[in-house]
Amino acid sequence: MAASTDTGVDLRTRLQTWLPKLVLSPSLAIMLVFVYGFIAFTIYLSFTDSRMLPSFGWVGWDNYDRLFRIREWNTAISNLAVFATLYIGISTLIGLSLAIFLDQKIRGEGVLRPIFLYPMALSFIVTGTAWKWFLDPAIGLENTMQLWGWESFSFTWIKDREMAIYTVVIAAVWQSSGFVMAMFLAGLRGIDNEILKAAQIDGASNWNLYRRIILPQLRPAFLSAFVILSHLAIKSYDLVIALTGGGPGNATALPATFMYSYTFTRNQMGIGAASAVIMLMTIAAIMVPYLYAELKEKK
Amino acid sequence: MAVASADTAIRTSRITRAFIYLFLLLFALFYLLPFGIMLVNSLKPLSEITGGNMIALPQDWTIAPWLSAWSTAQIGVEPTGLRPYFINSLVMAIPAVVLSTVVGALNGYVLTKWQFRGSTIIFGLLLFSCFIPFQIVLIPMARILGLLDIAGTTPGLILVHFVYGIGFTTLYFRNYYAAFPTELVRAAQIDGAGFFQIFWRIMLPSSGPIIAVSFIWQFTNIWNDFLFGASFASGGSAPMTVALNNLVNSSTGVREYNVHFAGAIMAAAPTLLVYIVAGRYFVRGLMAGSVKG
Amino acid sequence: MGFLDIDNVTKSYGAVEVLHKVDIDVEEGEFLVLVGPSGCGKSTLLNMIAGLEGITSGEIRIKDRVMNGVHPSKRNIAMVFQSYALYPNMTVGQNITFGLEMHGTPKAERETAMKTVAQLLQIEHLLDRKPGQLSGGQRQRVAMGRALVRNPDVFLFDEPLSNLDAKLRVDMRIEIKKLHQRLGTTIVYVTHDQIEAMTLSTRIAVMYDGYVQQLGTPKEIYDSPANLFVATFMGSPAMNVLPVRLIERDGELHALVSAADGQERALRITHAPPAYAAYKDADVLLGIRPEAITDPEGADRNARNIQPFRNRVTVIEPAGADTFVTMTMSGKDCIARMRADADVKPGHDFDFAINMDKAVLFDPKTESRIA
Repeated sequence: MAASTDTGVDLRTRLQTWLPKLVLSPSLAIMLVFVYGFIAFTIYLSFTDSRMLPSFGWVGWDNYDRLFRIREWNTAISNLAVFATLYIGISTLIGLSLAIFLDQKIRGEGVLRPIFLYPMALSFIVTGTAWKWFLDPAIGLENTMQLWGWESFSFTWIKDREMAIYTVVIAAVWQSSGFVMAMFLAGLRGIDNEILKAAQIDGASNWNLYRRIILPQLRPAFLSAFVILSHLAIKSYDLVIALTGGGPGNATALPATFMYSYTFTRNQMGIGAASAVIMLMTIAAIMVPYLYAELKEKK
Repeated sequence: MAVASADTAIRTSRITRAFIYLFLLLFALFYLLPFGIMLVNSLKPLSEITGGNMIALPQDWTIAPWLSAWSTAQIGVEPTGLRPYFINSLVMAIPAVVLSTVVGALNGYVLTKWQFRGSTIIFGLLLFSCFIPFQIVLIPMARILGLLDIAGTTPGLILVHFVYGIGFTTLYFRNYYAAFPTELVRAAQIDGAGFFQIFWRIMLPSSGPIIAVSFIWQFTNIWNDFLFGASFASGGSAPMTVALNNLVNSSTGVREYNVHFAGAIMAAAPTLLVYIVAGRYFVRGLMAGSVKG
Repeated sequence: MGFLDIDNVTKSYGAVEVLHKVDIDVEEGEFLVLVGPSGCGKSTLLNMIAGLEGITSGEIRIKDRVMNGVHPSKRNIAMVFQSYALYPNMTVGQNITFGLEMHGTPKAERETAMKTVAQLLQIEHLLDRKPGQLSGGQRQRVAMGRALVRNPDVFLFDEPLSNLDAKLRVDMRIEIKKLHQRLGTTIVYVTHDQIEAMTLSTRIAVMYDGYVQQLGTPKEIYDSPANLFVATFMGSPAMNVLPVRLIERDGELHALVSAADGQERALRITHAPPAYAAYKDADVLLGIRPEAITDPEGADRNARNIQPFRNRVTVIEPAGADTFVTMTMSGKDCIARMRADADVKPGHDFDFAINMDKAVLFDPKTESRIA
């Protein structure tokens, strides 16, 4: 109720117009300090010579300069590129397929849906623990296959510097694709059935129905899935720690693990801060336009 | 969403349907296998795991790994089992969940029913906080917790989870209250109810579903958190996820896989339980938060 | 000084003025209906009376007390909303007494008041139910009960019947009218339905585009619309509006219209107000209601100036009680309202009878009625 230019307002009404602002203000203050203040502080630190503790000697772009010359950071960046691409792509593909198939009046949908979804209730640490062992050649899948008589079966990705990052993709897809399915399923259920009936009367085959009518209407679900998955990908930390610990060597390092180890174990806080800033900027580049569009639409 | 009622107009042939069922069942297997095998193997003696087939049922059923994981396993330097850390997580999660839900409910109420100039911008600021990579706040947060003298303690973690939960809970309640008829608020105003009376007597009694969503979401997130726990908790105050990671990755002694599995299932149990009991709300909550933004 | 004074009130959102100098005095016991299409400002005005929206300039007074800035609950008003706005978590009884509770009325008094109102509205058997268990009509009654129990100075109704189906709407309309006749309360009622406006009101304010187009009794509004908007908005089917030329013949003014075959005919105008003289030999708009065009037998026997008009029938729509007949007059579709048994066939010529007593003229530029 925008009543700002109106005349003569009594005390109760005036109090009532202040109360909402009063109620919201602690949250705003907390956000300004703990989110935006902290971001500013971290950005500031990324331009200082902080090592084990914050220190305030200004070094300009030095930390960023050094950051991009550290091999581990470059590994982390290219790992992230590989991981994010495959993770988003495969999760979307699986999620969409499962949603479309589940939407065909499947008997037992009520049983299947929770099975597809439950991994997202788990901690990444639990997921990591389960897959770490499942993929361990000595006792997991490889061992089992060999015991079953497939002597030459070999699956050693988790120990392989080249392939280890793909095991992270497998575990992450396992955890999130059910969630993507839920998003697409909700989108599919939201499509007006009369449109589908009309298209069938127009003679569209199932393939054309999906390609021309249904998928285009799922655009919002695609967008949401992309935004959320890319956000999860850039933040990924726990899974790598639990699954591979960043190894072998630092073959599965991601920016998040890099930031943590440089800041807290290698006492290179300035560089750690710089890497966090890069992460923030990457996420902001995806999130800000998305949020802006969402809020504007809602207005 | 997803009540199996949608009357899809699409017809499929028998062969296609067989393929669809096969596909769905294969994926059900894919999702069930890692956790299922973990469960089976947590009931085996260690020798059956290292020497045997992971898919085989235990020849020698035992709950010893569970007892060990719960009360005697070596976590870090102390042979305490996971029990104290489980309690840590509960003591941390419950107040943080309640606090952030209360604040989120009030925020959502203000942001939908008492909008003022700039309230959309404030909502935008709150919303963005849901999506920052938490790495960006780790360093200053460590400093602030130190200054407040709650570094390495459970109250410190409660504060952290409360602060970074507000964005999500506000989002949920805002989306829910946006669909709540404004005429009800106006009627109550004419009836003479004030700001808090309207909230308490009119809004809250109708907020059951969204309170459930907020509780489930916050509980899952806070219980499953690892980054904050690893960064801001020390030794005895660590939450369950950190303790589990310590248990699994301890480099001393024999790797007691069965104990690790029992521990992992313990760490997963509360959120799985919440999911099984209130799964429908859980999904709906995620949809509200993500799709509607 | 009225009971409820709306004194030169305007409303702006930022630089946009949505209500322009509205000036209405409502007497005690009056039933004022604000009617107009959506976006005309009628609901905004009602919300300003309620105190749910601020007043940009001007004053609203109830019983000579200035209401600007007074909290809604302190105005001694009650409001019935379009969605009824019943509190879903409370029983019907609690819904009715919530306002009294908020005003600190003792419990015993609340119970008595609730019983009286419940009896009046015949909802005693519903008092322990939740709104979700009620039908649309029952909800409507509860919403009115909630308003009545407060014994307010002014009742505000915001499109209260628009969520009901057609039959129930008619029933509730009569119910509201009965209630008003019995209690003699002052009511301001917003609707977009012109039939509700005509049937319920003692006075109507027709609104459009943030202006009150005309304020008057239902009869004034219907018979002497101030302008083209009021003329076409009120009445169903709408008033026929035909471009005609005003000419003088034998010392009397005639409206020159053309039939479907292009032939021109002059319709004599009786007791023309002096203002008509200025429009001699000019183009004007002739407004004539469908019920003023009939078959010769069905014409009003008290009318003094029935003009015959032979024309080709294009469409007939039997509607039970009446039959609507469409013909082309001066290039426009023109609807006539006949008795159900009138012998009309599409495609044939028919002798229409036009009651020119009821005809009104509008200035084509200003769209105001010439008088």
